[in-house]
Amino acid sequence: MSALSNSNWDRRNVLRAAMGLAAAGGLAACGSNNGRGGSGGSGTQLTQMFHAYGEAGTEQAIKRYAAAYKDANVTTNWITGNTFEAKLFSSLLTKQAPDVFEFHPQIQMVKSGQVADLTDIIGPVKDDFNPADIKSHTVDGKIYGVRMIDDPQFFFYRKSMLEKAKVDVPTTLDELLEAAEKLTTNKVKGVFLGNDLTPAINPLLWSAGADTLTPDNKPAFHTDAVAAGMKQLRQLFTSGNLLLDAPADYWDPSAINQGLCAIQFCGMWAMPAMQKALGDDLGVFPFPKVGDNGKQSVYNGGWSMFVNAKGKNVDAAKEYVKWLWIDQKQYQEDWATSYGFHIPPRTSIAQSATKLKSGLPAEGVKLFNEFGHFDNIGWTQAMITALTDAFANSVRKNGDPNAALATAEKKVNAELKKLFG
Amino acid sequence: MSTTTTRGVAQPAPAKASPARPRRGLRGNPTFNFWLFTGPFLVGLAIFVFVPIFWSIWLSFFDARFTVTPSKFIGFDNYKSMLTNSNFTGSLVTFTVFAALIVPLTWALSLGLALLVHRLRFMRAFFRSVFFLPTAVSYVAAALIWKMSIFTGVRFGLMNTVLGWFGVENIAYLSDPNPPWYWLVIVTVRLWLQAGFYMILFLAALQNIPAELYEAAAIDGAKPGWQTFRYITLPQLRATSTAVILLLLVAAYQAFDEFFNIISIKATWGQTPLMVLYKTALGDNQDYGAGSAGAVILTVLICAVTLLQGKFMGFGRGEDSK
Repeated sequence: MSALSNSNWDRRNVLRAAMGLAAAGGLAACGSNNGRGGSGGSGTQLTQMFHAYGEAGTEQAIKRYAAAYKDANVTTNWITGNTFEAKLFSSLLTKQAPDVFEFHPQIQMVKSGQVADLTDIIGPVKDDFNPADIKSHTVDGKIYGVRMIDDPQFFFYRKSMLEKAKVDVPTTLDELLEAAEKLTTNKVKGVFLGNDLTPAINPLLWSAGADTLTPDNKPAFHTDAVAAGMKQLRQLFTSGNLLLDAPADYWDPSAINQGLCAIQFCGMWAMPAMQKALGDDLGVFPFPKVGDNGKQSVYNGGWSMFVNAKGKNVDAAKEYVKWLWIDQKQYQEDWATSYGFHIPPRTSIAQSATKLKSGLPAEGVKLFNEFGHFDNIGWTQAMITALTDAFANSVRKNGDPNAALATAEKKVNAELKKLFG
Repeated sequence: MSTTTTRGVAQPAPAKASPARPRRGLRGNPTFNFWLFTGPFLVGLAIFVFVPIFWSIWLSFFDARFTVTPSKFIGFDNYKSMLTNSNFTGSLVTFTVFAALIVPLTWALSLGLALLVHRLRFMRAFFRSVFFLPTAVSYVAAALIWKMSIFTGVRFGLMNTVLGWFGVENIAYLSDPNPPWYWLVIVTVRLWLQAGFYMILFLAALQNIPAELYEAAAIDGAKPGWQTFRYITLPQLRATSTAVILLLLVAAYQAFDEFFNIISIKATWGQTPLMVLYKTALGDNQDYGAGSAGAVILTVLICAVTLLQGKFMGFGRGEDSK
């Protein structure tokens, strides 16, 4: 009998466990809303994935362009929140993957066959593109993405506040620290570098005369000047002159618009919103020099269109990308200048974009041309995370910058070995 | 073998007594019945739970980057890299600190609320509902309220406004990990969210304590208040307390939402194990092999802790064996 009762116990437990696990599994299966539902229509179905741009009208614009395309029915996935990368990467593994998506050039997506070769659609107009934007999307002579917009990132400042505090526009990191000290009052903080300080990482490397990687793909960020710059950044972080935990992050103009800070690191995209709020009381300057051998720098970020190489309609997707981001110049100009300000990567459009020709936008374009550094396709997400960790550990936490950089260097080397052997 | 024989002999008797002969076949074969009722369940279970579990174990031995159908076997390399990954080992410490803070605090607060509500003579249902309401709020929504309106670092954040009245400087609760103010944010949000639910459990248990016990204690000279609580109420709540602590621990293990939204994965502190796995596998790095290895390590740890807890607290053991 003992054997029998024992087996009963087992069955019950199996059932109980099964119910619990099945309930958990059922819940996990929810939430598969991929934005495709209800589109119906005839012809080829395509899905495009975008992160949510902050400027009003951007979502409508993207949908308007898509609706004007006749050869396929294009659905837009507009990803709000700060998890665009995670959503994109995990959906690329599934059947719900977007056919077309925006991202930054990163070589692991090419090596793993996630993005399609677009050389044949870009080739004919290659000379019209900013050469740096072609270079940053090229691996072994093939071009893998179409640059839509270039987004230089630099400092914006309130002219009136600097005048009142008798502060000159900072050209070195030391001067930025001093300016922050002088500009801080009980109502206004001197500088805003974003809530987690990550936007300052790449500019700090370049301004200190270092780089993310050398041309032959070796880590180039572990130098004494960078470590010294990190110490200065730590000083700024603990000085009480830096705006921290603001309700909106650096990419949003709220902090400077609402008078929370005198100087904010932001991107050219937010310039129209700032001008609207502050009028002429606004100036721009590049990331200041770090150490004696550095040079001021600007990060030329931006977004590019990629085609999912494992999608069902690769050819149709390529056709769509060609139609919108190569052929339809009026949409490209609309996208670059009607909402936020972005620099069109195509020379012909950049020349006709009158909004960027004068005043502050022209100054932004000048910083882009004079101090700009573009993305390096070999600098991948895993390496970005490694360096972000190093900065978090030694700037926000009181760790030793040299040790943190050495750890990051080790991780980056491991990653480089996996990518390039 | 002996069981089969006994069954074979025993079975016909009730079958004969029953007038409903056509149902005999169904009733006569326990094995068939077992599979009939559990079969559909087990199929679902296999597809949605067991396949992913074994797939994950399989993945953990492969170089699975940017793919879940890898081909390069690398043995225990993923395990090695996860165990030497300071983010992963650090996350286990983070989790332990979190559990050590949140479990006793929630236990005490929900018991306290339950005792207060239990003593109310009027409007009991109202207060019961009021304290229970936060349970209905999403963790993400609550985390964003805590981050963006109560604990922002700017001068008009709620906490900083209140502290400003007493001349305290603005505090950056989340950016700066020294001192670790972020624990205040993380712990209070979860406390607010879950205390009401456990209060209901305690309330139910309190209502089940027989009034005679208190009467007898009063006759024996026990003073109302601490003495009664310590020697009558608390021992009577033992079963509920154990269950509550177990549930709290499980919930703490699953912590993700509020950490992800409040601290974000750009920091290196305040990362729970699930966040590190998310960062490794589903997030930016797309390393499903290492992520799976971490998941397996975590599973083994949870199993070990649960078994140990069962051994010490006797949860799940039969009544008679206590």
